[in-house]
Amino acid sequence: MKFIDEYRDPELVRKLLNAVNVLAEKIGRPITLMEICGTHTHAIGRFGIRRLLPGSIRLISGPGCPVCVTSISDVDRALYLAERPNVIFATFGDMLRIPGTGGRSLQQIRAAGADVRILSSPLDGLSIAEENPTREVVFLGIGFETTAPTVASTLRSARRKGLKNFSLFSVHKTVPPAIQSLLDDPGLDIDGFICPGHVSVITGGEAYRLIPEAGRAAVITGFEPVDMVDGILLSLQQILEKRYAVAIQYARGVTQGGNLRARQTMAEVFEPGDADWRGLGVIPGSGLFIRKEYESMNALNRFPLPEIHSAEFEGCRCGEILRGAMSPPECRLFRKACTPVNPVGPCMVSSEGTCAAYLRYEA
Amino acid sequence: MSTERILLEHGGGGLLSHELVTEVFLPLFSNACLDRLEDSAVVTLEGRKFCFTTDSYVIDPIFFPGGNIGSLAVHGTINDLSVCGGIPLMLSAGFILEEGFPMEDLKQITRSMAEAAKTAGVSIVTGDTKVVARGAADGLFINTSGIGMIEYPQPLSVDSIQPGDAVLVSGTLGDHGATVLCRRRELGLSSGIRSDSAPLNGLISSILAASQHIHCMRDPTRGGLGAILAEIAGQSGFSITIQESELPVRDEVKGVCEILGFDPFFLANEGKVAVFCAPADADRILATLRNHEYGRDAKIIGSVGERNGGGLIMQTIIGGSRVVDLPLGELVPRIC
Repeated sequence: MKFIDEYRDPELVRKLLNAVNVLAEKIGRPITLMEICGTHTHAIGRFGIRRLLPGSIRLISGPGCPVCVTSISDVDRALYLAERPNVIFATFGDMLRIPGTGGRSLQQIRAAGADVRILSSPLDGLSIAEENPTREVVFLGIGFETTAPTVASTLRSARRKGLKNFSLFSVHKTVPPAIQSLLDDPGLDIDGFICPGHVSVITGGEAYRLIPEAGRAAVITGFEPVDMVDGILLSLQQILEKRYAVAIQYARGVTQGGNLRARQTMAEVFEPGDADWRGLGVIPGSGLFIRKEYESMNALNRFPLPEIHSAEFEGCRCGEILRGAMSPPECRLFRKACTPVNPVGPCMVSSEGTCAAYLRYEA
Repeated sequence: MSTERILLEHGGGGLLSHELVTEVFLPLFSNACLDRLEDSAVVTLEGRKFCFTTDSYVIDPIFFPGGNIGSLAVHGTINDLSVCGGIPLMLSAGFILEEGFPMEDLKQITRSMAEAAKTAGVSIVTGDTKVVARGAADGLFINTSGIGMIEYPQPLSVDSIQPGDAVLVSGTLGDHGATVLCRRRELGLSSGIRSDSAPLNGLISSILAASQHIHCMRDPTRGGLGAILAEIAGQSGFSITIQESELPVRDEVKGVCEILGFDPFFLANEGKVAVFCAPADADRILATLRNHEYGRDAKIIGSVGERNGGGLIMQTIIGGSRVVDLPLGELVPRIC
């Protein structure tokens, strides 16, 4: 299949792996690379890439799964909103099983009677609102720069259509501030970052300048096996030559400048604010909050929230895993108390979660 | 059970379905026949072997490219009998209709069932109808049961699988699952994909006639080929290795899966069979499959290894390997 097969060419992957081996040997010390994006984690597992790499290269997963970094208090707030009478609660599929305090999830409250709907596009939420004029449609907007522009544009359309029964609960976040927070951690031992592919289509390469400035390799990488191994190779080159810059491996999708129009749409609806990330804590300027101009469509204004006492699960190490400070098998709950059927922490829930990917592909 | 209420995932054919069956139904219904958990029950009556199966159909949408709930209900039960080596003899059909369901749709569905049964050479010999109040069902649900006669001399079962067995599949993966996904309103994708819903009794009799060394067959419906192979690996204790590069998938299905983040390996099929057989007979069975209209794209996709509890291993297209687990159940698109 065109645009796929050429990026899964076993011969090309083999050649790139040979080059990786040569560079790894030249560098002559253990190298740690962090893939920030959950889809990269998934691709590494799905194609069995980890086992093809030389032993000196360690890949660790970063905070790039939007479901996983959603704080437990945001999950609890989502559950509260979804349980309001007369509410149709709509969101993306991966949120369904994420446990809030006490292990409750959207899936469970749906089985108990809440009207929770899974959408592929936020725009479908507008049709649901139009078809159900006497009910309130609340959309949970989640994701990084990839999904935030579409959600922003949905809010714009809702206003243009004069829809009174559609509102948004935004837990959107942006990636560069999270990278900054990782770089600021003195205990973090990372030689380079495999930067996200799709987020970068919007942000452009410029957004990652902070990485080479901190003396680490940065390669924006695609999601196919050829891309992944090529991205690792380009990172090793930077590390060997100690010449750091934002390289774009995923050039068929990403430019240095990114998608300005999408960023403008985002900026019209959202403003940056401090957001609480699971595992990383509060990161300044990393959240996308609804601007004053769209305040009437903010679900948090429409449904006054009581004080909710959220509590993390005992023994859950998702925090360390999201910072790359720990790998899933090192967690005592992994595969025992915490499985995809009975997930304790978010990294086990989402298909992009580090623990789910490990259990699914590498256990 | 890990949950207090039934979740949609309990019906998805994955881990939660498995948990439901083994923790709720099996302990109370347990008997030698049921405990085997094959697609049909195999019973011996007066020295002759018969198989008996039942299945309920609740598909949404009711009509889809390549069939409708009626043809699906007939094909599904015929296939469950056929993979156990049964020659389908007769079916029952039970209808649960929702008040207000269009009569014309019911007639069309019934016509499809009659045609499907006729094509497969099976009679619908008994039935039942119930009507429930609006809202108590979604349009219509159909249950079909079937009885088949087994003439194949060897037992076809997970227990018959041998180390070294070849694993074949009769054609492209995920056509039905991808069709239904595309038809669901919220995805708004249009594609030329059609469901592969088809009766497999003809195809299966042809391979049973061609080889005395077929050990086990399954139709990879809900949960796809991945789910049934993972289940067989779990039940048998054998490791099963699959070559990803050999899995037949239509480009259209691949495209839909790439967009939505699904894996055709885990999408439902309604006209495919997976075959475990002695390696010496694999090529002959492959040729026989390819000779039949429902087996043109058949492939040898892998083999059975040692009994070491190794599970299902996928050799990836780039030469890596990974373990494949039972999918969870509900299919949900990924966020990004």
